[in-house]
Amino acid sequence: MVGITDYGFYIPKYRIKVSDIASQWGKCSEKVENTLQVHEKAVAGIDEDVLTMAYEASIMALSSNKNLRSEIGSVFVGSETFPYAVKPTSSSLGEWLGLSHDYLAYDTQFACKAATGALISAMGLVKSKDISTALVCGSDKANARPKDVLEYSASSGANAWVLGRENIIAEIVDWTSFTSDTPDFWRRSKAEFPSHAGRFTGTPAYFYHITRAIEKLLQKTSMTTDMFAHVVFHMPNGSFPLKAAKILNITKEQMHQGYIVKNLGNSYSASALMGLVSVFDVAKPGEKILFASYGSGAGSDAIIFNITDKIVEKRKNFLKMISEKTYIHYITYSRNMGIIK
Amino acid sequence: MNSVIGYYSTKFGELWKMSLDDLFLAASCGVLESTKLEIGQIDAVFIGNMLGGVVDNQLLLSAHISEILEVDIPIYRLEAACASGGMAFQTANEYLKSHPESTVLVVGAEKMTDISATDITTALSTAASLDEQKVGLTFPGVYALLAQVYLNEYGYNEEHLAAVSVKNHAHGVLNDNAHFQRYVTIDNVLESPYIAYPLKVLDSSPISDGAAALILSNNKQLIKTRNSSVILASEMATDNISISKRRNLDEIYSTKKAGTEAFKKSKIIPLDVNVMEVHDCFSIAEILALEDLGFWKKGTGGGYAKEMATHIDSGNNLIVNTSGGLKAAGHPVGGTGVKQIGEVYLQLTGQAKRRQVKNTKYGLAHNVGGSGGVAIVTILGV
Repeated sequence: MVGITDYGFYIPKYRIKVSDIASQWGKCSEKVENTLQVHEKAVAGIDEDVLTMAYEASIMALSSNKNLRSEIGSVFVGSETFPYAVKPTSSSLGEWLGLSHDYLAYDTQFACKAATGALISAMGLVKSKDISTALVCGSDKANARPKDVLEYSASSGANAWVLGRENIIAEIVDWTSFTSDTPDFWRRSKAEFPSHAGRFTGTPAYFYHITRAIEKLLQKTSMTTDMFAHVVFHMPNGSFPLKAAKILNITKEQMHQGYIVKNLGNSYSASALMGLVSVFDVAKPGEKILFASYGSGAGSDAIIFNITDKIVEKRKNFLKMISEKTYIHYITYSRNMGIIK
Repeated sequence: MNSVIGYYSTKFGELWKMSLDDLFLAASCGVLESTKLEIGQIDAVFIGNMLGGVVDNQLLLSAHISEILEVDIPIYRLEAACASGGMAFQTANEYLKSHPESTVLVVGAEKMTDISATDITTALSTAASLDEQKVGLTFPGVYALLAQVYLNEYGYNEEHLAAVSVKNHAHGVLNDNAHFQRYVTIDNVLESPYIAYPLKVLDSSPISDGAAALILSNNKQLIKTRNSSVILASEMATDNISISKRRNLDEIYSTKKAGTEAFKKSKIIPLDVNVMEVHDCFSIAEILALEDLGFWKKGTGGGYAKEMATHIDSGNNLIVNTSGGLKAAGHPVGGTGVKQIGEVYLQLTGQAKRRQVKNTKYGLAHNVGGSGGVAIVTILGV
């Protein structure tokens, strides 16, 4: 058996309300919130970036077992807002965490599914017994062009996942990935902000890839959607995951616990995995979780998790921890995100 | 006499899986199939397209279409901004006048959604005066100025404009090929964001992909054996590209001139017309068109618009934009003029299905390029 043995997360304490951003641009906040189904988002501090947040998430994930640090054989960090274009974040993270130097490290990039691709790769290394333990992080300080619709949802956050073969809290039952060359969202080299193709990001991109990945996974495992206690999809905004759920005959109750976008926004590489963090707060032993990330460009990684009785001792009380927050105004947000310097 | 003997249109909208080539091919093959004609029976092709050189980096469309259709016949590409399709039709009609026993294909197409809204807006503004482009005047800006003049001059408000969109969306619901097939209310229009005061998003036609094709012929045998409609007139007029040089801003002069010529040539009067497609790129444009074509007295259009006097369920003798107009059916600029004439043809030959207007005898299509720099008015009859 291979799966997740522990996890951690980091949500910066700052929040900005969608209404604040909307009023900045003379937009009707009620309409914006109704359309996007996002009310506020988490914003990293001026002194925080992908590395600092990945570090915070990782020390939480490694806190329960002092021996883990010496056992880690790979460190992967998925992001689309790495602090450096050339210079790995994963090696810095390993150093900061005090790991041995005997590990494979690399950074991954595939828009918002950079970390789930890394998670599947890490699972392969652990499953093949080439390594015993892997650390995977999804971390983003997601930026958006001022006034762009992305600005209402692009947020900050990180999570970290320890994979192993023993003391598993969530077994990885199976996975699929569905990929095509679909240019719905991109950021060119040296460009400061991402671009997107409006409504093209919906039907032919997000919905097509997520539904295909899920359908193939269900077919592969001979399972049906009603067999899952919880379902988590990537959350670029509040409406897309619910619409995808409707297409796949998944209920609001199944989506409820992992649907955290309304108050946290879309932390890109960390988005879908943050929904999984929330689910781990309540998932009971024996329950199954259906999960699908989405990365523009485009692809979806679908994974089935099976919760074990070890979950009880590893819960993090996510919802309580993120309730401690400080609201900031647009000018502070702009400074924190480096839009004004 | 020159006649329209067949029409086909693709769906209009965000056709992400179709290129400009796909659109040309789909419309051309569609109309040939529906008229049971082979490409070998076509003597010439007239293409309406504005932005192939900008969006697809493809000019010399004549040779391009030759390759797609596998023909070596004359192919003419006509560009008149949003009136490219109408100009292709008008030119084809003139061609037939000097080519007896001939049959031609008219196809208009535009691929607009492969580039960003900003880039397509910039591309469309190439049809505006260079001096006015330089000071930032976009097409919505031009029509917004016309709307302001009209509302101020005749005492109307934004609700009068909104009624045009409400009516055309109601018609679009009846058109399976329309970009938008949903109703909107006056409140929906009034609450939509401003594009350029007093015009809002729902006063404006969308950016669409799409293609439409017609077969025109003066071959008596073909006309006799197909659903046909006689081309009574297809007239073009031009005017200053700069609105700063226009005589009046409460009218489109080129529409008035082309309309007057078309009625003169067709020997009918506005009261004879039962169905009409007019160029409602923005809600104000439909009101101006009805006045400039002589259907409504200048300054009275706002009132008629608010009454929705040309709604398909109005019970009146003149129904306007049964396709949904540019507003609801969509506006792939090179395809629009061809679609407008195609819609009139469907109405006159009883093929308009759910949106069929009863007892139609004469129909008119009005296509405008560059906020009135070019206008083409076509009148068909049965």
